[in-house]
Amino acid sequence: MSDHRREGLILAIAVGVVGVTFGVLADAAGLSLPQVIVMSTLVFTGASQFAAVSVIDSGGSGAAAVGSALLLAARNALYGPVVARLLPGRWVPRAAAAHFVIDETTAMAAVQDSDEDARDAFWWTALWLWSLWNLGSIGGALLGAVIGEPETWGLDAAFPAAFLALLAPHVRERPGQVAALLGAGIAIALTPIAPAGVPLLVASLAVVPGWLVGRREGSATR
Amino acid sequence: MSWTVILVLVGGAYGFKALGVLGFGRVGNGSVAARFDPLTALIPAALFAALIAVQTVADGESLVIDARLWGVAAGGVAVWRRTPFVVVVILAMAVTAFVRWQTWI
Repeated sequence: MSDHRREGLILAIAVGVVGVTFGVLADAAGLSLPQVIVMSTLVFTGASQFAAVSVIDSGGSGAAAVGSALLLAARNALYGPVVARLLPGRWVPRAAAAHFVIDETTAMAAVQDSDEDARDAFWWTALWLWSLWNLGSIGGALLGAVIGEPETWGLDAAFPAAFLALLAPHVRERPGQVAALLGAGIAIALTPIAPAGVPLLVASLAVVPGWLVGRREGSATR
Repeated sequence: MSWTVILVLVGGAYGFKALGVLGFGRVGNGSVAARFDPLTALIPAALFAALIAVQTVADGESLVIDARLWGVAAGGVAVWRRTPFVVVVILAMAVTAFVRWQTWI
């Protein structure tokens, strides 16, 4: 198996375990099995699903659940431009491919050297992730809280660490370093004062100073 | 949770994904994306760094330093040493689990 397919699978296994916890939480919040399945197959945005179900579980309204979930889902719109050129050109396959544009698939595609590998990494990660996320969700909803707290095994550190590996190629040069440092700084600064999801959206503005640094360096070496 | 809420979530979540992909399609000869290329090239750096930061130190709307930070720091060293992906992930989990277990004793 090529490296990126294997890495996609590793990421998907961790996602699958988190899917189990989603199923458990959704079941506890009163969602039926068909509802859990529709969420995981068709919403297919982990953080949003957790946000919606947590709001419902704590007695919040449907509107509050939708609001907090969609704030977290909004960042997927920013991944479109990153992967757009890798996706099928014709309208219908392209619209179908859009369903799989999430953190993990974008990250796996964006670290590849060639478009061919990037496309392969995108689709294999999508396939693994979607399958295991759904299997996990269904398993969690059916089995309930038999697995205990996944935090006990440090699963919550698996994602930031995996993304650190996927970030590395993007911060080899100054523009990427500036964008990454400012993006992280903005996200941390806004976390205490803005609803979840907003810090990530605002952090995307860090691309502008990164770009300006790159432009200045470019004109200096010319 | 009502089916209405779930269907709005399905539509909304897909809407954002589609907006990004279909909004940056091929238009005529050049693509819309081409005009933004130097900026979009930096989106992974900015957003993944932000995602890492939030997943490492955010707990709801508060900032906390806990076992995750040690695990992610260990993962960072592993990335820097060019350790294979799977080792990075497992090391971060193991360090986090260990620190958490230590603080429980």
